[in-house]
Amino acid sequence: MTSQTSEVVIQAGRRRALDPRELWSFRELFYFFTWRDVKVRYRQTLIGAGWAIIQPLAAMLVFTVFFHNVAGVSSGNVPYAIFAYSGLLFWNYFSTVVTAMSNSLVNHQSVITKIYFPRVIPPVSSSLLGIVDFSFAFVIFVCLMIYYGSTPSVVGLLLIVPMLVLSLIFAVGVGILLAAVNVKYRDVRTAMPFLVQLMMFMTPVIYPLSSFPHRFVWIVNLNPMAGVISTMRAGLIGQGSIHWGQLGLSCVSAVIVLALGLSYFARSEKRFADII
Amino acid sequence: MSRAIEVSGLGKEYRISHEARSINPTLRDALVDLFQRPLSRLTGRQGPSHEQFWALRDLSFTVEEGDVLGIIGRNGSGKSTLLKILSRIVDPTEGEVRIRGRVASLLEVGTGFHVELTGRENIYLNGAILGMTGREINRKFDEIVEFSEIEQFLDTPVKFYSSGMYVRLAFAVAAHLDPDVLIVDEVLAVGDAAFQRKCLGKMGEVAGTGRTVLFVSHGMATIEQLCNKAILLVHGVSEHGIEDVRTAVDRYLERQTESEVHYPTGPVRRLGVRQVGDRIDISLDYELKEPLNPPLLGVVISDHAGRPITGGDPQVLRQPRIGARLSGTITASLIEPKLLDGTYRLSVWFGDDWEHIFVEEQCLAFDVAGMSSSHQAASTVGPVQPKCIWHFDEPGQAAVYAASSRGRRER
Repeated sequence: MTSQTSEVVIQAGRRRALDPRELWSFRELFYFFTWRDVKVRYRQTLIGAGWAIIQPLAAMLVFTVFFHNVAGVSSGNVPYAIFAYSGLLFWNYFSTVVTAMSNSLVNHQSVITKIYFPRVIPPVSSSLLGIVDFSFAFVIFVCLMIYYGSTPSVVGLLLIVPMLVLSLIFAVGVGILLAAVNVKYRDVRTAMPFLVQLMMFMTPVIYPLSSFPHRFVWIVNLNPMAGVISTMRAGLIGQGSIHWGQLGLSCVSAVIVLALGLSYFARSEKRFADII
Repeated sequence: MSRAIEVSGLGKEYRISHEARSINPTLRDALVDLFQRPLSRLTGRQGPSHEQFWALRDLSFTVEEGDVLGIIGRNGSGKSTLLKILSRIVDPTEGEVRIRGRVASLLEVGTGFHVELTGRENIYLNGAILGMTGREINRKFDEIVEFSEIEQFLDTPVKFYSSGMYVRLAFAVAAHLDPDVLIVDEVLAVGDAAFQRKCLGKMGEVAGTGRTVLFVSHGMATIEQLCNKAILLVHGVSEHGIEDVRTAVDRYLERQTESEVHYPTGPVRRLGVRQVGDRIDISLDYELKEPLNPPLLGVVISDHAGRPITGGDPQVLRQPRIGARLSGTITASLIEPKLLDGTYRLSVWFGDDWEHIFVEEQCLAFDVAGMSSSHQAASTVGPVQPKCIWHFDEPGQAAVYAASSRGRRER
């Protein structure tokens, strides 16, 4: 709908959900949706963006007290607090993106039934939001690293951005699938908090991978977030070592999930406006 | 003249489920379905709880560049479906559409407005959603603000706006779209009369510059004022195609002769009007997905030619404020003024304080009988029975009053 004066052809059953040329022509809308979400996010809150810091810090405190001090979960050679925080940092990034994406289409219900734009824009725009919270939480992480005297390795520092990209690929795959399912079945919205919690306990966020029985570790490793978190722990706070094989497996399964998510989205996209 | 829009063999089929769950199916329903009806799923046949219906069928027409085409028909006749297909919001089930040039559709005022954002921020957001580029919005920003008449509230969140201000801002953005083909759906049904005229003027301007406009409205007067051609839809089918606007409007009005109408889908299920003794009962059954707080009914009664006689919005008619309702029947009994014998038409508005849900102009016709005498026929004295108070002054005496309606003397 931008400045092209070409012909628009609408044919029964011929809609293309993910047309790169069309997505490019709508690129500004990605920006405007993200811009709006950032602006609205902490409006009319007392603490504002402080929430991006308080959430992981509070979670870290709770887990340190209950899992480490009370239940006695060990974190190997590093202090449990920074161990838990490093896990939560990346986990929160993943879960923020998945949750925001899964509700994005339903939240845009009134717009989707009134105007045309590629339906992939709301979920993808909302996926960009997680990086804002991550940046705030990362600043605190650096403070914690200084406080606890962790020395990151060069490989670890170089891997931060690739690990964020890997988390994003996996999160977009899961998020876009859930967003499409949510259009038809609103159960997703209700199940989301529970689902995210469950996934967190299945990921070595607040306990080390080594506490799993050895023959089940490969199952945990199918989860890309397990790869991301243990790689970052090895690289940034020196807990364990980087397993390149595990990381490779993480990449493969993240890409497969993304492909599955996108293909389901593309197939169900044309009926969104009818059933949302 | 070249062709702006070509529609051929267009059809849209919907499935209506007759069970309550249709509003929001849950996973559980899908699973139960899967186990209960494995056979019908395998053969691809639908179970008995579904009913197919064609919202549009076999629609073909061509719009020339520069035409202003009115799309008319009752609620549920397929007008909105047609606009949604042309705006690419929903996919047709069959057929094809070709549109030349940049299309902008305006099916709602303020699509995508966010209440937490300021007026300024919403201009950018709404503009982007409607298909303007950031540069374009920058260029037209001052013009938009001036048109909207809300300069001093530009940096106030729109949630503090009155509904009038909200609509003015929203329409100002939309009015500054610069498309080759503009698709508009009865957005003018909101806002105050003066601003409506301004918007109509702006749209007339758009139409005057050789753009193609497709316009849906329930207001036949608006259609006749704005459009040069029109197409009448009846149950998703157009028998006569595109016609001269006068012909199509007359055809539409001729069809509205029933005094009760049922709608298969939508928020309003039935609408009826009848004479009971010397009053007129207008009733409306509604079934909503989200409650209206409170549901409000406005009515206007017109004469046979469509000239309004009496009526008003719920405030004028003093509808009591009941709480939020999801479904039910509203009946408005018109006691005064009394109508004399004749045929009348009824227009209906249904909604809440914030927005209209359902508007249908001159959708029903009804007869009034037994109210006239030989001295008093609608054809000679007009359709409304007056209530008159007489006043006699005589020198040296107190005034004597007499009310005409019962002939009783009063001091």
